Amino acid sequence: MDNNFKRELIIDNCRNPFHKKSMNEDDFIKANTHNESCIDNIDLYVKLKDGIIEDAYFDGEACAITTSATSIMLKNIIGKTPEEARTLMNEYYKMLNEENYDSSKLGEFNVYQDISKQPNRKKCAILPFQTLEKTFKIYESENK
Amino acid sequence: MNREDFLMYKNNPNLIYLDNGATTFKPKCVIDAILEYYTKYTANSHRGDYDISLKVDELYEDTREVVRKFINAKSSKEIIFTKGTTDSLNIIVFSFMRYYLQKDDEVLITKAEHASNVLPWFELEKEIGIKVKFIPLNENHEVTLDNIKKVVTPRTKVISLAYVTNVIGDIRPIKEISNYAHQNNILVCIDGAQSVPHMKTDVIDDDIDFLAFSGHKMLGPTGIGVLYAKLKYLELFKPLLYGGGMNSRFESTKEIEYKELPLRLEAGTSNIEGVLGLRSAILYLEKIGITKIHEYEQELRAYLIKGLKEIPNITVYNEFSKSGIVVFNINDIFAEDTSRFLNHYHICVRAGNHCTKMVKEEIGVKNTCRVSLYLYNTKEELDKLIEVLKDNKKIFDVIL
Repeated sequence: MDNNFKRELIIDNCRNPFHKKSMNEDDFIKANTHNESCIDNIDLYVKLKDGIIEDAYFDGEACAITTSATSIMLKNIIGKTPEEARTLMNEYYKMLNEENYDSSKLGEFNVYQDISKQPNRKKCAILPFQTLEKTFKIYESENK
Repeated sequence: MNREDFLMYKNNPNLIYLDNGATTFKPKCVIDAILEYYTKYTANSHRGDYDISLKVDELYEDTREVVRKFINAKSSKEIIFTKGTTDSLNIIVFSFMRYYLQKDDEVLITKAEHASNVLPWFELEKEIGIKVKFIPLNENHEVTLDNIKKVVTPRTKVISLAYVTNVIGDIRPIKEISNYAHQNNILVCIDGAQSVPHMKTDVIDDDIDFLAFSGHKMLGPTGIGVLYAKLKYLELFKPLLYGGGMNSRFESTKEIEYKELPLRLEAGTSNIEGVLGLRSAILYLEKIGITKIHEYEQELRAYLIKGLKEIPNITVYNEFSKSGIVVFNINDIFAEDTSRFLNHYHICVRAGNHCTKMVKEEIGVKNTCRVSLYLYNTKEELDKLIEVLKDNKKIFDVIL
């Protein structure tokens, strides 16, 4: 992926983020993740029904990487099961950790393929999935 | 000024360090003082009868005198060495205020205080039922005596404020405040972390009851700080730590006698290298002149503000403050992205809420970039900062 194209995609997801608004409604599970090493602060709202992510939103203040990665994540998880989202997350983490990965499964996430070279930015890139995992844990504990 | 004394510049000639509110560089004399302690007279303090131990004692106690003079305290017994400002404030709250205050007594702070002047009070509120109240700030986010008068009640017992706040950077009218406070039997506790390193401190003239500050923000080592309290209050401090160095005698019959001040409040082996480093730092600052440093920072600040105002998409949040702190954002850019952009040019600024998480309710933004100046900064460095910020259109080309 060409560097300019990657940059444009990140900026576009930053300036026009997908599903960025607060969703303080009862059927949405809310989770917040502070990134301890920086000041990113994201609230994620996830509606899970019958084992499917029916809808999801986010809100908060964060850097360009976290904001864009959250936007891209939300585009890719709605309509999926938590297990399918985790499979995507694992592939994404493989890329961030410089392991062998299947880029065809990652779509827009490929914009972060060089982020492993900047360890402090990797934390920003994984923040959305860490927050998503929190909502899954809440859902799973409520639906045992 | 005096850049040649700072080895950080020798080792990092291109570095532009503008995060002095967080910590400061150390002049060679401070590093030498620590090195000398570990290479010429390593010994514990207040313990031995041999020459090198006596030498350490002499320098350790002389530091108390150096600090006393620096803040114009009456007695060196009023100077307690701590780990830093946070430690000092916690000792004030949990060694003294916990016993001095009663349920429903009121403590006044502001939403612009650093966490270290907020959380100990919140904890004490939970523990003994005091009430922590906020002094409203004016349109420039500053404390005024009139606003204090609006919230003082017969139950107000303490006003606890930073002399200079670490985000807005305003210098509070402490003399005026303590004059009014003392007429109303209110104690005045001052967080001096951002003021003592940058301007003349006079605890007698300002009639300050309690003062806390850190060594590392004033060219000294990390892990050393000072707690000052008027002797009549310090005598009432109940030690938080018991053990070596603070007792005169104890018997199996549980008869115990503790040492006089100040040692009673300094249990355990002290941070001796820290104390000796602090001594050297204060002597260095005094040699240059703290007022001269303050004036120089003012000059740099005015220069920076002028430059920042020429950049159309930059918002400065504290244009009128009188300290060396300037907070700003590039409009619509997250503060941390800005600091990463500046880092690309070896410019160090702080992004975030600066441990002042309630200030967002005052200035309307959660996160900002903060420039905090010190004596070794130069106009040339600020020119470079302004030049880079002028070119902020390319921020994403640089950081992504």
